[in-house]
Amino acid sequence: MNEFLFMGGYAAYVWSCFGLTFAVLIANVMLARHSHRKILRELETQGGKSQ
Amino acid sequence: MWTWFHQLSSPPHFYRMAGRLLPWFAWPALLLIAVGTYGGLVLAPPDYQQGDAFRIIYVHVPSAWLSLFGYVAMAVAAGIGLIWRMKLAHVAANAIAPLGASFTALALATGSIWGKPMWGTWWVWDARLTSELILLFLYLGYIALNRAFDDRKQGDRASAVLALVGVVNVPIIHYSVEWWNTLHQPATITKFDSPSITGDMLWPLLVMWLGFTFYFIAVALQRARAETLQRERRSAWVGELS
Repeated sequence: MNEFLFMGGYAAYVWSCFGLTFAVLIANVMLARHSHRKILRELETQGGKSQ
Repeated sequence: MWTWFHQLSSPPHFYRMAGRLLPWFAWPALLLIAVGTYGGLVLAPPDYQQGDAFRIIYVHVPSAWLSLFGYVAMAVAAGIGLIWRMKLAHVAANAIAPLGASFTALALATGSIWGKPMWGTWWVWDARLTSELILLFLYLGYIALNRAFDDRKQGDRASAVLALVGVVNVPIIHYSVEWWNTLHQPATITKFDSPSITGDMLWPLLVMWLGFTFYFIAVALQRARAETLQRERRSAWVGELS
């Protein structure tokens, strides 16, 4: 296990690349979902006002 | 063909269809990226020259691929919007732009982190790196230009022209490692005649590549759905949703 984490001495480089990548992957999903939910909420309040 | 084109350009139809397609890209993407990550980090043997540092390839190459794939997709959508005045095409281009920019930044960042132990430097102004940096500026220019006008149609058209002009950069990035003497290594997977990678190193890369592509399509669809609602908020079909 330790050997796996050590990455033959390149741990800092390998893990920072994978960490960065997953951060970008997760952030893009969250942003997309957030903007979709936000507009749906806005539409709901809009619809409520017009009734 | 034309009825299909017409249906596709109808916002409510697109919104529903994209919603139905979404899980078919999202779930395979999750599975493929999980399998590819495990294969790349655990199952693939270390490289005889680069040791374990070569494993960065499993995130770097798919990111770089998406930066180019995304740009071409964005430019095609922008071109369709410009020629046929199709609003949804501009929506698609807009949905792709920030996503593509994020993967371009990621390709540059992971490349830089990979470059430090292998080349001894974070950055060099060689053809591949410089043209990829220009790609990032093209994406950012597109986003800025699209938002620079009060009239959305004007913004759509101006940014679409920029996207189309910027396409010349795509083949430059791709062939930069052949046309110029660069520090960047040449292609790993596109030379099938003499592959420079063995099977047990290659398959996780192909799995990651497919997973990233599915991921990209899924997130782009969701972004496009949100923007469709935003733009069509005053139309009757959107009112019926809530």
